Amino acid sequence: MKKALIYLLLTAVAVIMLYPLLWLVGASFKTNEEIFSSVWFMPKSLGTEVYKNAWDTVTPYTMGHYFINTFMIIIPKIAFAVISSILVAYGFARFDFPMKRLFYALLICGMLMPSIATVMPLYRMWSRLGLIDTYIPLTIPALFAGEGMFVFILIQFFKGIPKEFDEAARIDGCGTLKTLFFVLVPCIRPAVVSIVVFTFLWTMNDFLTPLIMIQSVEKYPLSLALRLSVDSTGQGYEQSKILAMSVIGIIPSISVFAIAQKKFISGITAGGLSG
Amino acid sequence: MKTRIYRNPVGVSKYTGLALISPFIIGAVLFIIYPFIASFITGFTSDGISVENFRNIISDGRIKASAAVTLKYTIILVPLKLAVSLGVAFLLNMELKGIGIYRTAFYIPSILGANLAVIIMWQYLFTSGGLVNQLLEKAGLFPVSWYGDPDAALFIIVLLRLWEFGSAMVIFLAALRDIPRELYDAAKVDGCGRLRCFFSVTIPQIKNIIFINLILQTIAAMQEFSAPYMITNGGPLGSTRTVGMLIYEEMFIYGDEGTANAVSWLLFVFIAAVIFLMYRLTGISGRKQK
Repeated sequence: MKKALIYLLLTAVAVIMLYPLLWLVGASFKTNEEIFSSVWFMPKSLGTEVYKNAWDTVTPYTMGHYFINTFMIIIPKIAFAVISSILVAYGFARFDFPMKRLFYALLICGMLMPSIATVMPLYRMWSRLGLIDTYIPLTIPALFAGEGMFVFILIQFFKGIPKEFDEAARIDGCGTLKTLFFVLVPCIRPAVVSIVVFTFLWTMNDFLTPLIMIQSVEKYPLSLALRLSVDSTGQGYEQSKILAMSVIGIIPSISVFAIAQKKFISGITAGGLSG
Repeated sequence: MKTRIYRNPVGVSKYTGLALISPFIIGAVLFIIYPFIASFITGFTSDGISVENFRNIISDGRIKASAAVTLKYTIILVPLKLAVSLGVAFLLNMELKGIGIYRTAFYIPSILGANLAVIIMWQYLFTSGGLVNQLLEKAGLFPVSWYGDPDAALFIIVLLRLWEFGSAMVIFLAALRDIPRELYDAAKVDGCGRLRCFFSVTIPQIKNIIFINLILQTIAAMQEFSAPYMITNGGPLGSTRTVGMLIYEEMFIYGDEGTANAVSWLLFVFIAAVIFLMYRLTGISGRKQK
């Protein structure tokens, strides 16, 4: 009885959580009139025409173009974030060095730093360097372990590996970096998956940084293209097209999450945040 | 001066660690320390360094108003979100079957997070003839003019972020799993009811995690930008012009780089102060725990 009540409660919450997304998908097939007159998500008819239109967007480029732009930011960012975070976390987890505590405090500071508070001076810095409207301001920070949280997660994982592994590798003649990449990194794969997935999702979601750093429509990532489409369509316009573009816009995140789900959640929960 | 002994494996210099973290050191200088100093210089010293200049900025009506909006938003959202995420995590931790599915369902809105597509969806849900108003009418209630009423407009954004409670929930869930069963058993032997157990065993055991979530959510709330930017554009009557919106508007709409930087710097310092204060008030520190 009690269990049934809990299930009922959880199901109710699940419906609230997922219905808006279901509605979004359904509404992308609806006419304007249908959108604003029916609460049920199922559309009267399913035409694929709207998705063809949505793919073409209201801008001079297709969704495909914006996807490629987005991936041109995401792929280097993932590579940079993984490599730099691993090196830095290894340094913190396994070595002792001058001013270690100071740098550790700085790491936490950086993690808590709101990006809105730093984006204006950084805009000025990148514009002095003539790099506004390139992907450099979006990708290069990842090269310097820009996400403190990743370093944090990795440190926890490294601490979980017995130090004897390192010693054995050292006796067998491995240097510092060889030990890291051939002995330790294979042990922390779930954490690396978490970093890849997080970087993917956060870059897909990031709106503020591209809004400020990217100016020409040709270079827009997906988020800015969506904004542009909303801004340039007025009332009375076919709303379904915007909604269909939004559906296309969330498909990558949902798929990546679906594929990596298990490892990803174990990475967050086993990692730094639970300790 | 006392020389410090560095505990490193044989043959490893004390600089090896420094070399490994050097990307972070460069990054910290470029992306944390530099912006902090630069925003102070641009924000407060453009017409010479003076207390006057500083006072003018903090007494600006627009800045005050938007600070009030941000505070109100944070104070409404953060406790709600923590309560919901802890409550749901608690239910999920009851060792029922099929919990994984629920966990995934609750987590999906969070992974989409600030995705613009979701924000656009939210905007549609609250239009005058949108889904929410249709449901309200079906339930026999009055439809709300969500975009016309200042309080309702802020509430749209609160609801959006509340809907994304999953990330906090996942962290709580992991913490709840770590509580040893014996503690509950012992409490039961001592005659604790369910409610008493929750407040006397669960809460004290996870107070560090509550604190971490509190900080993470507070910081996220205080830098809210994309939702008010897309959904309400700061309106009506500035009721959703968060500090993030204000910084953006000053810089890119009014071209006032000085104010934008001054506000950035103040936000930075304010958040640091809030974290420090919470840290002190809750009396939680890693060292005391051990």
